Amino acid sequence: MTAGTRPGSDADPAAPLLAMTGIVKSYPGVRALDGVDLEVAAGEVVALVGENGAGKSTLMKVLGGVVAPDAGRIRLAGRAVAWRSPREARAAGIAVIHQELSLVPGLTASENIFLGQEPTRHGFLAPAVERRRTVDLVARLGAHVDPHVPCGRLTTSQQQLVEIARAISTDARVLVMDEPTASLSHAEAARLHDVIRELRSSGVAVIYISHRLEEIAAVCDRVVVLRDGRNVGGGPAGSLGRRALIALMVGRDLVDEYPARDVVPGPVRLAARGLRRGGAVRDVSFTVRRGEILALAGLVGAGRTETLRLVFGADRREAGTIEVDGRPVTVRSPRDAIAAGIALLTEDRKAEGLVLSHPVRENIALPNLAGLSRAGFIDGRRERALVDRFATELRVRLAHPDVPAATLSGGNQQKVVIAKWLARSSDVLLFDEPTRGIDVGARREIYLLMNELAASGKAIVMASSDLPEVLGMADRILVMHDGRVTGEIANGPDVTPEQVMALAVA
Amino acid sequence: MGPLGHRLLADYRMVPVLVVLVGALSILTIADQAPLDDAAARRLAATIRAAGPPDQRVLVVVRSRPEEQAFAKTLARELDPGTDERVEVVRGDPAAAREALGRLAAAGGRLDAVAATPTTAGWLVLADIPAAFPTLGSPRVFVPTARRWPNFLRGDNLVNVANQIAVIAIMAIGMTAVIITGGIDLSVGSLAALSSVVATRLIRDHLGGVDASAGGMVLACATAIAACGLVGWGTGAVITFFQVPPFIVTLATMLMAGGLASILSGGESIHQVPESFVRLGRGADVAGIPNAVLLTVLLYVAAHVVLSRTRLGRHLYAVGGNAEAARLAGVPVRRVVRAAYVASGLLAGLGGVVLASQLRSGSPTYGAMYELYVIAAVVVGGTSLGGGEGRVIGTLVGALIIAVIQNGMNLAGIESYTQKIVLGLVILSAVLLDRLRRR
Repeated sequence: MTAGTRPGSDADPAAPLLAMTGIVKSYPGVRALDGVDLEVAAGEVVALVGENGAGKSTLMKVLGGVVAPDAGRIRLAGRAVAWRSPREARAAGIAVIHQELSLVPGLTASENIFLGQEPTRHGFLAPAVERRRTVDLVARLGAHVDPHVPCGRLTTSQQQLVEIARAISTDARVLVMDEPTASLSHAEAARLHDVIRELRSSGVAVIYISHRLEEIAAVCDRVVVLRDGRNVGGGPAGSLGRRALIALMVGRDLVDEYPARDVVPGPVRLAARGLRRGGAVRDVSFTVRRGEILALAGLVGAGRTETLRLVFGADRREAGTIEVDGRPVTVRSPRDAIAAGIALLTEDRKAEGLVLSHPVRENIALPNLAGLSRAGFIDGRRERALVDRFATELRVRLAHPDVPAATLSGGNQQKVVIAKWLARSSDVLLFDEPTRGIDVGARREIYLLMNELAASGKAIVMASSDLPEVLGMADRILVMHDGRVTGEIANGPDVTPEQVMALAVA
Repeated sequence: MGPLGHRLLADYRMVPVLVVLVGALSILTIADQAPLDDAAARRLAATIRAAGPPDQRVLVVVRSRPEEQAFAKTLARELDPGTDERVEVVRGDPAAAREALGRLAAAGGRLDAVAATPTTAGWLVLADIPAAFPTLGSPRVFVPTARRWPNFLRGDNLVNVANQIAVIAIMAIGMTAVIITGGIDLSVGSLAALSSVVATRLIRDHLGGVDASAGGMVLACATAIAACGLVGWGTGAVITFFQVPPFIVTLATMLMAGGLASILSGGESIHQVPESFVRLGRGADVAGIPNAVLLTVLLYVAAHVVLSRTRLGRHLYAVGGNAEAARLAGVPVRRVVRAAYVASGLLAGLGGVVLASQLRSGSPTYGAMYELYVIAAVVVGGTSLGGGEGRVIGTLVGALIIAVIQNGMNLAGIESYTQKIVLGLVILSAVLLDRLRRR
C-alpha cells in the first residue's frame, strides 16, 4: 500500500489523508449536514457514531460521491477534490462497504471482486488470474475464501471479506464500513477487527460506523460523534466511556439504558417441547410465564431465529408440541399461530415484517382484517380508529397514517410492527432482535414498551445477539449452541456476559 | 396537498393523458357533419315545404347506408304524409339517380325540388338536371345544414370505440389482479379463444345450433367461462404449489389452451349459432347503451370495490408488496394468488364470449395477441409489474388510451403498420412516466 504518499500537484505532506471541512447538505425540509468536519489520517481508524438521522450516512454519501454537498471542501492527500459520481470517488481511492452487502449472489468471490475491472488476456477473460489474485487478496486479510463458490452460498462474514477484498483490490486509500458487524457472531466480529487492524498497519484510513459501542474501544483510534448534522464531540476512543458517548449521541444523560421492571411472573403461558428441524433446531424445549421476558442467547447460527420460526409455524417442524395457557395448539402455519395468540416480530422488518411501500395504516390492519370486516368488506372507519388507537398507545411518530411504512425510522417501524400484533391482542410475543438497526435513544422506548407488555400479562420471548440487551432485559436466559439448549440462567445483577458466553460456545 | 391527494394524482395520472389524446384527435378529425338524424330530416322537410308550392314534386336522393336510408324515410314521410306519390326516393349510386330522373322525365311533369345529403348533393347528375332532363325544369337542391364537428366525437364512433375495447378492458380486470400480486398471465388470449370455441360448439352440437334457445346460449357461455376459470385455478395451483415463475406456467397454459381450442373447433370457425347470439356483444338493451359497454362498466365498478374495500383486495396488494411479510401476518398467500388467476381465467373466458357474440362465431384464432394488449392496458394504467400497487380504474383508462389511439389513427387514415409503432411508443412513454414519478 502506498496510500497517503501519492503526491498531488498542490499536496501538503503534513495534511491528513482525508479532510472534510464545513460540509453542508440540505434536503427539502431538513438540514442533514450543517457544517460537519471529519479528518482521517492514513493508518487511522475513526469511529463515526450518532443516532439514526444524525447525518452519518449523508456524510458518507458525500464522501462516496453519491450526493454533492451544498457547501464545504474535501481534500484528499492535501488536494482539493470534488467528485461528481461514485465512480470518480472510487477511482480516487474511496471504498464504501454498505450494511446491505452489494455482491451478485450468483457470481463467485473472484468474479465479484473483479466485477467491472476483469483481467483479460487477448480480449478474453482470464479466470485463472482472477482466482489467483483473489486468493492473494483474501490471504492478505488473514482469511480464506473459496474463489469457486458463488457468493450467495458464502456466510455473511465471508461475503464481507469479499467486499473488503474488492475494496483493497482497487488500492482503496479510504475505506468506509457501515455497521459491518451487525450480522456477525462475536468470533466473526473479532476476526473482522483483526482484518481492520491489518489494513490500518498497511496505511489505509478506515471510517467505522457502528451502533455497538463496545467495538469502538476495541478497534478504533478516535471517535467522532454527530448529532443533528453537527459535530458534537469526540476524542481518543480509549478516553470516552460508554455513558459519555451515549450522552453525546442523544444529547442528554440516559439514566438507565434498560428501564427497571418489577413484575412477578404468573402461570405458564407458552410451553414448547421437543422442537426439532434438521440440524438447525434439535430438541429445544422451554416455557414462558405471563409477565416474563425469556431471552434466547447464542452466537449466529445457534438456532435462535429458527426456534422462534418453528413456534410461529413459519417453517415446518419435524417434531415438537406447543401449548398456550396449558392447552395444546396445532401450529402448522403462521395463520394457526396467530389464531392461538402467538405473534412473531421478525429480525428483518424490511423484508419480513412490513410491506414497506404500503401505508402504515394498512400494515397495522393486515393481521386484523378479519375483525375489521363484515362479509369480506373492510369497515374503513373501524380500521382508522384501531390504527389511531394503537399508534397513539405506542407513541408512533406519524405525520399521517397513510404515509408509506418505508418513510419511518427504524424505531418507529418496529413500533408499527408491535402495534399490528397488539391490535390482534396476541398473548405471546416472539421478538427476534428487537432493536437491530434502531438507534440508542429509540431503543429505550422499545424496551419500555416490552416491559409494559410483560406487565400487562403477555409472555415475551426475545432472541438477541446483543449481550448487554439480554442481560438488561431478560428474567431468564436460555443459551443455545448449534441448535441445542446448552443452559439456562436465572438473570440477576450478578450474572456476567462471560457466563452466557461460556454456554454459547459450549 | 395531503398524502391522499398525492396518491390520487399518482393513481390516476394517465387521465390527463387520455384527455389530451381525445382533444388532439378531436381537432385532427374535425370535419363537416351532415346531421342525418330525425330532427334534421324534419327541419329539412320544413325548409322544402316553405320554399315551394304545397303540391310540389320532390326527389330524395340518398346512398344505401342505413343512416341515410332512415333519413330518407323520415324525410319522405314528412313531405308526403299521404300516398299521392309526389315524393320519390332513390337509394344507391349516381347511376340509380340518373335512371330515376330518366323515369320521371319520361312520365312527364316538372320536378320542383331535390333533397340530398351532403354527399349526394355533390353528384354531377344532380347538377346536370336542367341540361340532361330539360322537361323537369330546374329543381332546387336542398341539403341539411352542415356543422363542424370532430368525426372522432360522433356518437356512433364513440360507441364503436367502446365496443372495440370492451373485450380487452374486461380481460384487463383479471390481469390487474394478477399483476398486483406480482405475477403475470400470458394465457388470457388463448383462454378467450378457448371460451369462444367451447361456447359456440356447445350451442352447435348440443343446444340446437341456429335454433338454440336463449337459456341454452346462457348455459353454453356460462360453461365456457367456468372452464376458463378452472384452467386459471390449475395455473394458480401450479404457481403456488411448486413455486414456479408465473411467466413460465402461464406461457405453458397459453400454448395448451390454444391447442385445445384448435382441437375442439377442428381448426375452423364455428358459425352455427342463432342470430340472437349477437345480443350480448352488439345489442343495446338499456337506454341505448351497448350491452358490452354496460357489462364492462359494471365489472369495473365491482372490481374497484373488491380491490379497495374488501379483505381479498387488501390481501392481493399485501401479497404483491411483500409476500413473506403477508404470510407472517397470517394472510393465506397461496389462496390469494390462486384467486387472482381464477379471476383472470374467468374474465378471459367472459372476454371470449363477448368476442364470439360480437363476431357471431367462435374460432381458435380469436384473442390472438390479446394478452399483450391486455398487459399494455394494465401497465399504461399505472400498475407496476413489480406488484403491490395499481388501481383497476387506471387499467380502464389504459385500455381507453389504447382504443382511442387505434381508433383515432384509423380515422386519420394512418396505416396499421404505423399504428403499431405509435402504440409501442405510447406504452414505452407510459412506463418512462412511471419511472420519473418514482424518482
